[in-house]
Amino acid sequence: MTTVFRIALLGSTLLAGVAQAQEPVTLTIESWRNDDLAIWQDTLIPAFEAQHPDINVEFAPTAPAEYNAALNSKLQAGSAGDLITCRPFDASLELFNQGHLADLTDLPGIANFSDVAKSAWQTDDAAATFCVPMASVIHGFIYNKTAFDELGLTEPTTVDEFYAVLDALKADGTYIPMAMGANDQWEAATMGYQNIGPNYWKGEEGRQALIAGTQKLTDPQWVAPFEQLARWKDYLGDGFEAQTYPDSQNLFTLGRAAIYPSGSWEISVFNPQVDFEMGAFPPPVQAAGDTCYISDHTDIGIGMNAATPNPEAARTFLDWVASPEFANLYGNALPGFFPLSNGEVTLEDPLAQEFISWRDECESTIRSTYAILSRGTPNLENETWNASANVMRGTEAPVDAAARLQQGLDSWYTAAPQ
Amino acid sequence: MAAPKVRWHIAVFLAPAVLVYTAIMIIPLFGTLNLALYGEEGFRGFQNFRVLFGDPLWSDAFWNALGNNIWFFVIHMLVQNPIGVLLAALLASPRLRFAAAYRTAIFVPTILSFVIVGFVWKLILSPLWGIAPSMLGAIGLKGLFAPWLGQEGSALTTLALISVWQFVGIPMMLIYAALLSIPDEVLEAAEMDGITGWALFRKVQLPLILPAIGIISILTFVGNFNAFDLIYVSQGALAGPDFATDILGTFLYRTFFGFQLQLGDPNMGAAIATAMFLIILAGVCLYLFGVQRRLRRYQF
Repeated sequence: MTTVFRIALLGSTLLAGVAQAQEPVTLTIESWRNDDLAIWQDTLIPAFEAQHPDINVEFAPTAPAEYNAALNSKLQAGSAGDLITCRPFDASLELFNQGHLADLTDLPGIANFSDVAKSAWQTDDAAATFCVPMASVIHGFIYNKTAFDELGLTEPTTVDEFYAVLDALKADGTYIPMAMGANDQWEAATMGYQNIGPNYWKGEEGRQALIAGTQKLTDPQWVAPFEQLARWKDYLGDGFEAQTYPDSQNLFTLGRAAIYPSGSWEISVFNPQVDFEMGAFPPPVQAAGDTCYISDHTDIGIGMNAATPNPEAARTFLDWVASPEFANLYGNALPGFFPLSNGEVTLEDPLAQEFISWRDECESTIRSTYAILSRGTPNLENETWNASANVMRGTEAPVDAAARLQQGLDSWYTAAPQ
Repeated sequence: MAAPKVRWHIAVFLAPAVLVYTAIMIIPLFGTLNLALYGEEGFRGFQNFRVLFGDPLWSDAFWNALGNNIWFFVIHMLVQNPIGVLLAALLASPRLRFAAAYRTAIFVPTILSFVIVGFVWKLILSPLWGIAPSMLGAIGLKGLFAPWLGQEGSALTTLALISVWQFVGIPMMLIYAALLSIPDEVLEAAEMDGITGWALFRKVQLPLILPAIGIISILTFVGNFNAFDLIYVSQGALAGPDFATDILGTFLYRTFFGFQLQLGDPNMGAAIATAMFLIILAGVCLYLFGVQRRLRRYQF
């Protein structure tokens, strides 16, 4: 009985404390970036709160794999946070169409972004923008420079050189040539297919043609990346079929694998973990002198929950996120997430500089499956995960996988008449 | 003549269970059935079920999941329950020493969380850091090791065996209790008649524990067709490789809540949930009317 009484007393004390502290507005951010918790708490939020003492911000991330499902349920139940970290394209567009994300077209800070940057979070006619673009990620290959120097290898630029390097690593045997697993499926699709693919389908040209219906996934330029994945099989570690994404990361950071097909988002994760020098090269082109294409994917934005009780404070925060000040803080706190703001941003991390330098040498595109083509069922992105993993494991032929994807797409998608 | 007395106490004693059960089980159940009849445009009758069973994109996934689920159940019935009976029989043997220690050790995994079991086994079987390859290597059988969880042919069976490892304690305990409840006089009488050892078990003990085996079978059936956690934890919602481990639970989860760029579809999800409900209902009815009523019970 006394315990119950004590708990009741404690509870009422706590509640009273909350009631008194309710003067400043508290904004909660929904996010899938649980890796970034420390950066938000130590760098970004204090910088904002210093300028706006009347607004408290809380960063409340969910695990990446559960984020979309959890967010949808929370929004429907009315328990989601004030600010919503936006997945690019259709996932967020659907939330906007359902009335869960507020229209931010008239937010002053939106003017700081290019049309390409905004395109991931706009309606198809670009009339309404509903998230502030935060960052893009660039795909490429990260490699162990120490291992390359040891074996006298240099960065490959063409596909043939790429396989020559892999063969040399395999012949030497000290390192697993390439760290990639098939267990989580998205590794093969996102870090394999979408990484090297733009060089074959010529970036935006192919992506737009696919949307317009003038190219099919069964065309040679769309099958070729699958054929490459099938060739990669021989250079992966033993038992890669059951290797997960964290396994691959560990293989590389422990220095057991030499090349890691991936993207710039790994930089901030790897930097504190590795004790060797890292380098990066863009996806190799088919023949020397070909134009190179990179996937510079608009990956993360932030919007406002339409049902937030504090729209004014939320807009103030979003306007700050759209400022060059935030872009500099964010770009340097999280090397590998490249700010999309037009404002001048100076990056300090050498590996991040290497990645971003490809924007000048190569043509940029985004992941082919994200815009428009993943609106229906079966979902092209999810199907691509499955197909890429199958092809890499050697259980499905590249042409069959491509035919299956096109068949699934045809079942619900018809290109708009020109 | 006085009217028969209203027996209020019956209603009063039933009320708590009926109210709680209605509020948290029956109403949501009918909510699900109702949800399955709607679509984005409103009421659409049995259209969702026509899509689920008629459209190859949906029906292939559904039959694949159902087939996998049946295999998952078959492994449990063929491996978990016989092992459970065997362990119970060994434990009930009066000559066994340290019976309590074995009983506890075998039962402990049952109380572990699915998440822990999934992660631990995934680590044990990992081709990179797992102890399974090195243990097999130590006895010269390294060649037998394969990345079981990553191969289409073996992934589902491996997961089913992991689940068996976790839950074998339950049939063991139930049958152990059933065996202990057989009076010694019956066994002694059988021995007097010259029935001992294996014959004693088969002719006397087994018929007496059949009702317990029946209950275990139906618990296994319901548990397996509702399974989700272990697959989700170890293979993810896409139930790789190539949907080889996709069971009804993961199929329902992907459809209802959505996955990655796929948005959730509560109505189709409810249709799948309804199909699962009907499958389980059919299985339980089959058992109740086909098996349960024919079992003979003995009172001592």
